[in-house]
Amino acid sequence: MNKHVMDEAIGETRLDRGTQGVIGKGAPRYEGKLKVSGTAPYAYEYLAGEDVAYGFIVPASIAKGTIRSVDATKAEAVPGVLTVISGDRIVRAASQPMAPAAQTIDGEVFHYNQPVAVVIADRFETARHAAKLVKVDYDAKEGRFDIAARTTVREPASMPMEPNQTRGDFESAFAKAEIQYDQTFTTPSYQAAAMEPHATTAKWDGERLTVWTSHQLLETAPGQLSKHTGVDADKITVHSPYIGGGFGSKLGLGPDAVMACLGTIATGKPVKIALTRQNVFQATSRRGETVQRVRIGVTKAGKITCFAHETDTTNSPGNGFFEPSGISSVFLYPGEDRIVSHNIVETDVLMASACRAPGEATGMLATEGALDEIAEQLGLDPVEFRRMNEPEVNPQTDTPFSSRRLIDCIEEGARRFGWSDRPKTPGSRREGEWLIGMGMASASRKNDLMESSAEIEMSPDGRATVRTGMTDIGTGTYTILQQIAAEMLGLPLDMVDVELGDSRFAPSSGSGGSWGANSAGSSVYVASLALIRELASRIDADAETLTLKDGHAISGNRQIPFADILKGEAISVTGKIEPGKQAEETHQASYGAHFCEVAVNVVTGETRIRRLLTVGAAGRILNEKTATSQCYGGQIWGIGYALEEDLVIDKRNGLIVNHDLAEYHVPVHADVPQLDVVLLEDRDPHASPLAGKGIGELAIAGVGAAITNAIYNACGVRIRDYPATLDKILAELPDDYLTAA
Amino acid sequence: MNVTLSINGRDHALDIDPRTSLLDACRDHLGLTGSKKGCDHGQCGACTMLVNGRRINACLTLAVMHENDAITTVEGLGTAENLHPMQASFVEHDGYQCGYCTPGQVVSAVGMLGEIGDGWPSHVTKDIKTGTEISGDEIRERMSGNLCRCSAYPNIVDAISAAAGKTKEPA
Repeated sequence: MNKHVMDEAIGETRLDRGTQGVIGKGAPRYEGKLKVSGTAPYAYEYLAGEDVAYGFIVPASIAKGTIRSVDATKAEAVPGVLTVISGDRIVRAASQPMAPAAQTIDGEVFHYNQPVAVVIADRFETARHAAKLVKVDYDAKEGRFDIAARTTVREPASMPMEPNQTRGDFESAFAKAEIQYDQTFTTPSYQAAAMEPHATTAKWDGERLTVWTSHQLLETAPGQLSKHTGVDADKITVHSPYIGGGFGSKLGLGPDAVMACLGTIATGKPVKIALTRQNVFQATSRRGETVQRVRIGVTKAGKITCFAHETDTTNSPGNGFFEPSGISSVFLYPGEDRIVSHNIVETDVLMASACRAPGEATGMLATEGALDEIAEQLGLDPVEFRRMNEPEVNPQTDTPFSSRRLIDCIEEGARRFGWSDRPKTPGSRREGEWLIGMGMASASRKNDLMESSAEIEMSPDGRATVRTGMTDIGTGTYTILQQIAAEMLGLPLDMVDVELGDSRFAPSSGSGGSWGANSAGSSVYVASLALIRELASRIDADAETLTLKDGHAISGNRQIPFADILKGEAISVTGKIEPGKQAEETHQASYGAHFCEVAVNVVTGETRIRRLLTVGAAGRILNEKTATSQCYGGQIWGIGYALEEDLVIDKRNGLIVNHDLAEYHVPVHADVPQLDVVLLEDRDPHASPLAGKGIGELAIAGVGAAITNAIYNACGVRIRDYPATLDKILAELPDDYLTAA
Repeated sequence: MNVTLSINGRDHALDIDPRTSLLDACRDHLGLTGSKKGCDHGQCGACTMLVNGRRINACLTLAVMHENDAITTVEGLGTAENLHPMQASFVEHDGYQCGYCTPGQVVSAVGMLGEIGDGWPSHVTKDIKTGTEISGDEIRERMSGNLCRCSAYPNIVDAISAAAGKTKEPA
């Protein structure tokens, strides 16, 4: 195995030389033609034409209690029903990412609409009908549904970050601060709501279990399914070549996967289960709601002296994962004395887990709003206030930043956006019924490099095929791996194929935490170098100086086609990347800045986004087109979080009330104007051999606050209780705006 | 129950459960899995098909209701080897990410341009007497029944705008 450990900063590489000229370019997606023609197969669509059965989940009708009995007599009497599976093997929800297994129900109900049984039938329509005939009796108990009640408060696990990080004596420093900012922000629960509901096709042939499922992280899947089914992990193959969106919700294995496997083993027929949209909302995972207290001590001159960000968030019994709202607060702004802390308020609601940019997506709604409020109080421009408070090292640990382009992003954004034209005071710019305002916010997203590996096989004709257990959830993995291999090996793009999403391939980081491109991409880089060494040795050339272009090796005055070097033989090499000392010796994050112009209607309180610009710096951009698309996604999620999204939990009975796409409002075409994204030319030699950093989650970090800051600048209403729906704005709008209309 | 469905110019004789939606008939019984199921409640648009040239949420209609209708799915617009101009434009403009809503967006876009061509006004049409023209605002308004959680919206609008001039009528 060819391995690179990220212990040292990377120097110049073949990617910098750009001999083939494909890295970074906006190449169209490798799998694009399959997607637009409807021929890219997603999990549910396998085994078309085969004799398959269908599963449908029976959900619990209480939020907490004990299952007294499950009577499936009527359901089993329906012609076409093959079996009804109930009992302790049924799972509560998805598994937590990288957990040994999903939580089983063990005779209990842990949340409203938790699965209690699954009906397997020869037709989907029959399974759906029969599921309604399953009678479940419960002993209902009193549940806990309200974060504010703080009925049970406990310490989170140390995933996804160390929950409590303090430095110095914040309380004393804050007491002495010339200006004391102290406000509490709340964010609701959210649903990832990927367009493809979690779905699985599972086939048991008496010995082997073959599973097609929509899953971001294949490495742990065979082991998890082994625990649920008793089948040895080495007899389980999991495929996820196409995934209809994940956003963290498919980092854990879905309940559909477990139940489809139980179903196929029980019936001997392949079983398909696609969760209903209601199941997705009620039986996979969600982002936990938060209550965030932000306290910042500042001098009258505008220097931040101390910083505290304390978060309450929720999760269900047995779950230590928490929404790490303080993740950016650890390093983004200065202050000698600091607190970043998190508590879990235990509730009897669907488990909370990873959702796009865990932490930044909620935490920066609070802190970037706080910065705007303080700047206003000091009479400082928010851009200037951030410039004045740019730390030189990580303020928590004194570790140097690997690269930090925050101020560059802010200044570039301010210039491009025309920030100097911002209305000086709220309510001062008006067009008919609309008040116009501008707001900005910083963005940062912690960067991680994960262990990952990939195989490259070069066939005798000189074509290369990259194979890795990595996934592409719409992020562009197929394409960037193709580009990296093509650039490294000197091949035109159409001479490189990429195969992903198969648990038999070289183990990979999977897609999550914005680490996929950097980690999987680095493994392709390492494998490419090994392949180059092999080619060089066969022609007695120096691998370092060998030039590779258009399928030829060029050494001195020799120009040899790869096919002539290979002489009819295929070569296969595997490369692996591992994180190393650089992760400890430097603090790594991507940075950015958002600038937004909104119009707020004085009659209805409606907010419309007029312009939204994000400037980002995330090291080397591997594909300008797909990276920009990722940023659009983040910006638009930010629009959703600022203005619309609110997963409502009924505090009386724990029901997730708006459990579908009609009632849980995600942004639609009409909510989104044409957006602007600018990616700065950047390299981070400490982050990976690619000198790149994560980008998939950067653009959601802080963007909602840029919008609510713009709302304040437009109409003078501060939103600290997200989302900024019209009722909240209307209630605070001064009457004279209306009378002036 | 027997029904013959005319899909993409080909007749398919089916014996199906009368509760089967047009979407499930295609996905589960005919191997036409290009149309996607995102919600099964007409809330997301991923299942959009053209029935007699008009957009429809195929999850909200029963297959047995469509005897003698001309149905077009994404597979009927073009193939991976021979893309419809709208499909090619989505590739060129990166009008997708995960790809799951994409067939619905593509079919919806083709149908939507047909509606504009026929002079149908929308909520944002400034003057319904003078007809409608293809604009970003019209596209955004008329495509709002097609959700994209990856949020490729800006690129989808670009893709549709670019294709608008060169789109041929669906088969």
